[in-house]
Amino acid sequence: MKSSVIIFPGSNCDRDMDVALKKFGFNNQMVWHNDTELPKSDLIVLPGGFSYGDYLRCGSIAGKSKIINSVIEYAKSGGLVLGICNGFQILTETGLLPGVLQQNKYLEFICKNVHVKINDTKNKYFKNIKKEILELHIAHNEGNYFCSSNELKLIEDNNQIAVTYCNKDGTCDNNSNPNGALKNIAGIFNKNKNILGMMPHPERMIDKYLSGEDGSIFFENLIGNLN
Amino acid sequence: MEVNEKIAIDHGLKKEEFKKICTLLKRVPNITELGIFSAMWNEHCSYKSSRKHLKNLHTKGKKVIQGPGENAGVIDIGDDDAIVFKIESHNHPSFIEPYQGAATGVGGIMRDVFTMGARPIANLNSIHFGSPQHKKTKNLLRGVVRGIGGYGNCIGVPTIAGQTSFDESYNGNILVNAMTLGLVDKKKIFYSKAAGIDKPVIYVGSKTGRDGIHGASMASAIFDDKIEEKKPTVQVGDPFTEKLLLEACLELMEDNSIIAIQDMGAAGLTSSSVEMASKGKLGIELDLSKVPCREEKMTPYEIMLSESQERMLIVLENGKEKSAKKIFDKWNLDFAVIGKTTNTKKIEINFNKKKVADIPLNLLSENAPIYDRKWKKNKLPQKIKFKKQVFKSLKLSDCLKKLLMHPNICDKQWIWEQYDHTVMGDTIQKPGGDAGVVRVHGTEKAIAASVDSSALYCHAHPLTGGKQVVCESWRNIISVGAEPIAITNCLNFGNPEKDENMGEFVECIQGISEASKYLDYPVVSGNVSFYNETKDKGIKPTPSIGGVGLIKNYKKMISMELKKEGNLILVIGKTEGHLEQTIFAREILSEKKGPPPEINLFNEKNNGLTISKLIKDNLIESCHDVSLGGILIATSKMCIKSKKGIKINNLKNLINKFEYFFSEDQGRYLVEINKDNFKKVEKVLIDNSVHFDELGVVNDNKFLFSDEIDLSIEDLIKAYNNWLKKYMVN
Repeated sequence: MKSSVIIFPGSNCDRDMDVALKKFGFNNQMVWHNDTELPKSDLIVLPGGFSYGDYLRCGSIAGKSKIINSVIEYAKSGGLVLGICNGFQILTETGLLPGVLQQNKYLEFICKNVHVKINDTKNKYFKNIKKEILELHIAHNEGNYFCSSNELKLIEDNNQIAVTYCNKDGTCDNNSNPNGALKNIAGIFNKNKNILGMMPHPERMIDKYLSGEDGSIFFENLIGNLN
Repeated sequence: MEVNEKIAIDHGLKKEEFKKICTLLKRVPNITELGIFSAMWNEHCSYKSSRKHLKNLHTKGKKVIQGPGENAGVIDIGDDDAIVFKIESHNHPSFIEPYQGAATGVGGIMRDVFTMGARPIANLNSIHFGSPQHKKTKNLLRGVVRGIGGYGNCIGVPTIAGQTSFDESYNGNILVNAMTLGLVDKKKIFYSKAAGIDKPVIYVGSKTGRDGIHGASMASAIFDDKIEEKKPTVQVGDPFTEKLLLEACLELMEDNSIIAIQDMGAAGLTSSSVEMASKGKLGIELDLSKVPCREEKMTPYEIMLSESQERMLIVLENGKEKSAKKIFDKWNLDFAVIGKTTNTKKIEINFNKKKVADIPLNLLSENAPIYDRKWKKNKLPQKIKFKKQVFKSLKLSDCLKKLLMHPNICDKQWIWEQYDHTVMGDTIQKPGGDAGVVRVHGTEKAIAASVDSSALYCHAHPLTGGKQVVCESWRNIISVGAEPIAITNCLNFGNPEKDENMGEFVECIQGISEASKYLDYPVVSGNVSFYNETKDKGIKPTPSIGGVGLIKNYKKMISMELKKEGNLILVIGKTEGHLEQTIFAREILSEKKGPPPEINLFNEKNNGLTISKLIKDNLIESCHDVSLGGILIATSKMCIKSKKGIKINNLKNLINKFEYFFSEDQGRYLVEINKDNFKKVEKVLIDNSVHFDELGVVNDNKFLFSDEIDLSIEDLIKAYNNWLKKYMVN
C-alpha cells in the first residue's frame, strides 16, 4: 500500500506519521507543499502541526497551498484522505469536510490522553476494528468542533460522525469532552466516508512504551482494510 | 549625536567604564560604537561579576565533548550520538511581558542548540513566581505557561519535565529558565569559531526590526517603578519562522559549507559577529545596508542592537553562497551576504558607504571589565531544638493533606497539559515523574532530563544549598534508571554589587562545584542572571540545575508508579530527622530558621550507585527520590500516580514520627521491590553499606499507618490535584 504525507511549512507531526505508516506496512513518501502533483497513493495524510504558523486561522493558508488542489481532486475522485489535528483543520478550510474547529472552550492548549468512541464502521477506516473505544492522545489549541444546526442534521443523517470523545466506558458527556466540541465530536467523515478528519493523534500511540497502544489498532485495521 | 558621559550612563555603563572605553579607543566612541560597547560590556554578555568564580566550576569529564563557552554543552552518549544541551534564563523580559518573554526564552535556547547542528528533542523549564496571593502572580503564571507552550508546541519539540515554585521573594522578579536538549551526530557538531580570511558572512532568518533594542542591558539592571516603560525592550517571538530556520539550518549543515555559525541572541548582531570573529582571532567587516530590515530608516545603531528573534549569522566557505541561498529560499527565509572575515582583528561597520564603527575586537572581549566583587561569607545557621509539645496537637493525616495541597508540592498538571509533551513520538516518561525521558529516535537508548532548584536551602546556607541542588538532580536521573552524565546551570541571583548577594553566588558555586566534582557530574553549559531585584528586594538565590543522563536500553526505564499489591517499599538512605528548612517546619511549625539538611557526598554517591546497581539487576519495580516534604509526601506521590495504596509499618525508629516522616534528609530514595527479591536486595544493600528501612507494603487503594492515618487514595488525589486548577480558575 502506498501512502503520502504532505509537508507544509510548520507541519511538525509529519515525521511521526511517516514512522507510524511505515511501521504498519505502508510504503510512505513525503510530499512538499509547493509540489503540484501527488505521487500515486492509496492514502493521503495531512499531518498535525502549525501549517504556515497558523497565525491567521488554523489551516487557512494550507487550504490555499499549491498541493492542495491535487488533494481536493484526489479526494473528490474517491481517494482516501486522512487529516489529523492540523490536517483536520485544513480539511474543513478546504470545504472537503463540513464545520470548523474553534479555540478550545477553556482557551488553553490541551495535551493528554482521551477516549473516543467509534460511531460508524461502514467505512475503510474503521471496518472490522477490534475495539469500539480507543484511547488516543490529543494535543491542540483549536479542536472545538462546531457547525450549523443544518449541517449537523446532514452529518447525523448520513452517519458522518466518525469518533466522539467519551469516558473509559464509552459515555459521551460534558466531563469527557476536553475542548467543548459540539456533540463531543472528535472526528468526522465526508458524505462518502473516504475523507476522515480527526483531532486525536493515533501516530503517537503506537507502542507500549508511549502513552498507549491504541493507535496501533487504528493503523493495523486501516492497512488491513486496504489490502 | 555627540557621545558624552551622561549618554554612556544612560546605556548602563559606569562612569569609570566609559573612561576606560575612551582610553582604550584613544578617542570618544560615536553612538553606534557606544551601543556596541554597552551591549558587550553589560553583565549579561560579559559575565564581568561572575567570570572569576565561574572558573571554579567543575567542567571536565570523560564524556564531555564541549564544556562551557560555546552556544551549548555537548556530551557523548555512545555510538556516534551526542547530546547538546543548555539552560538559560529569560527572567527580566518575562516579568515585563510574560507571554513574549517566556516564548522567546524557549526560542532562544532552542536556537543555541540547533546552531550546533543538533535537532532539538526535548524542552524543560524551571519557573518561579511570587506568592500566590500577590496580585500579579496569577497573570504572570498564565502568561508564562502560555508563552512556553505557544513556542514549543508550534515548533514541535516535546516539553518533557519542569519545575514550578512560589515564594514571595519572586513577587517583583519571576524566574523563567528554559532548557533544551538536542541530538547530534558526534562527527557533525558545529561551532561558533570563525576561521579563514575573506570568507562570506551570511545573515539568515527573520528580518531585523526595532524590537528588543537593549534587551541585554535591561537584563543587567534592577527594576524600579517604571518597568512598564521597558516593554519595548522585550522581543517578540515567531515560532513558525524558527521552525523554518531550524529545518533550513539542519539542511544546510548536511553539506560541508558552514565554517562557523552563531545565533543572534542577546545583543543580536553585535555579540554574534564579535564572538565569531574574536574566537577565530580574526577581524570582521559588515555592511549594514545589506541587512534585511523589517522597518524603514533603521540606523546602524538600531541594527546592531536589535534583538529581533529567529536570526543566525553564518561564516560560509567561499563559493557556497548560491547553494546555501537555494535552501533558505526553499524555506522562504531571508538570506544576505552582509560582510566578510578579515585579518584586522577589528570589527569594522559600514553603512551607506560610510564607516560607522571601527573597534579592535580585544577591547570588546578580553579588555571588557572583570570585577572581583566584595562578597560576604555565610555562616551555617544554628540548629533548632524543636520541643516535644510543638508536635503534640498535630495529626499526621492533617499534616499530610495540608502539605499535599501546598503550591510547591501539589500537582502541576494544569501547567504541563498545556505543553505538547508527546510530539516526536519518543516521550516515554511524561512530566510529573522524577525526570522526563525521551528515546533516542530509532535506537534502544533514551535520555533522561530533569531540572531542579532549592532556593530555601540556598538562602539558608548557600554552600550546602549549592551542593544539594546538584545531588537532587543526580538522584532524579538515577531514579528513572539512567546513568547521570552532566549538568547545565542557570544561576539566578540578586544584585552582585551587594556583598551579601555576591556571597550567595560565590558559595552556591562552590557547593555546585564540590558536588559535581565528587559525583563526576560536570557542568557543560549555563548562564548567569544577576540583578533579579526590584526596589531593593532581591530574590532568594536560585541556581537551577538541569541534569542529563543516559538509559542504555529504554525498556529498562523506571517510573515512580507502584506496580503490584504485596510488593515491599523500602526507604534507601538514613533518615536522621532533619526538620529545619523543610516545608513541614515552614508550613506546619511556622519555623523559618535553621540550617538546611546536611549533604554527605559519600552517602549520596554510594546510595545512588547502589540504586543503579539494583535497577541494572532488575530488582527494582519502581523508584522515587525523597525530596521536598520527606518520606510521607514521596510515598503519597507514588500512590497517587499509580492509584494504589500502602500500609506503612509501625516505626522501629527511635526518632519522633514527625521527624521520620517529614524530615528532608538527603541521599534518600523510596523503592518498590517484589517481596521474593527481598533477600537479594538486602544483600546488595548490606554489601554496599547502604542504610535502609522497610517502610511498608503496597495495597489496593488505602493509605494506612497504625491507627493514625486511614485515607483512601481518592482523598490523597483530591488534596494533591485541586489546588492549582482552583487557583487558576478563580
